[in-house]
Amino acid sequence: MEGGGAAVAFWALAAVTLGAAGGVVVSRNILHAVLFLILTFIGVAGFFALLSAPFIAVAQVVIYVGAISVLMLFAIMLTPRAGRDNGETRMLLPGVLLAVCLAAVFLFVIYDTTWGVPADDPGITASDLGAALMSTWVVPFELASVLLTAALVGAIMLVRSPREEAEDAVR
Amino acid sequence: MTPDIEHFLAVGALLFSMGLAISLTKRNAIGVLMGIELMLNSVNLTLLTFARFSEGGRAVTGHAFVAFVITVAAAEAAVALALAVSVYRNRTTVDVDRINLLKS
Repeated sequence: MEGGGAAVAFWALAAVTLGAAGGVVVSRNILHAVLFLILTFIGVAGFFALLSAPFIAVAQVVIYVGAISVLMLFAIMLTPRAGRDNGETRMLLPGVLLAVCLAAVFLFVIYDTTWGVPADDPGITASDLGAALMSTWVVPFELASVLLTAALVGAIMLVRSPREEAEDAVR
Repeated sequence: MTPDIEHFLAVGALLFSMGLAISLTKRNAIGVLMGIELMLNSVNLTLLTFARFSEGGRAVTGHAFVAFVITVAAAEAAVALALAVSVYRNRTTVDVDRINLLKS
């Protein structure tokens, strides 16, 4: 982490990410909240790139910015009569209070701890990550693919309309 | 001021707290899901921060862990949004205050 460029990038990314996350907190229209969330994801992808994790940064853009945001927009569009309201429940005050206390504890611990001498950039490339996933982490990797398949089949089953289920039952 | 490990961890902690506030206070089920996604993302940021500032041999573990967290988050988002659509189909609402079938 050297040079002024990294510092400028860090503070700009921090401003964009935390500002957009604050937008998600305060926006009352759920569509605006999704758009702010996309901006937050892009900011976090920038952080990943800054932390020299290029593959994870690209995966973040493809999966979060590309897929999950579109999935959320679809879910909002498929629930038209539920309204676009993104208001708060009665738990607003306790919830915000808990979050503020948690942030205070985290920040105290982070700045109170002595983190030792920062190591040099380990320089993990996509091929290093791929080799690790295919050797040390091969069992969790295969389990993750099974999990993804199961989750997607389950999602498709959940959103089938009652009419389609009746048609299948007849056969 | 060059960014140190503390600064990255502070951003991760603040993002996590914001995600917690969102998921605890929002009334729309999709809004709650947004908070959860934000929390998962902040955890990824923290993991990658520790990977970046640790020794070379262990750093790749952090990257692998982040890859798994992203996978699980994608699966969770797909199932949760399908549940939201399914609940909407039965109750015409995704308001977590009004989904109270078990509270007789």
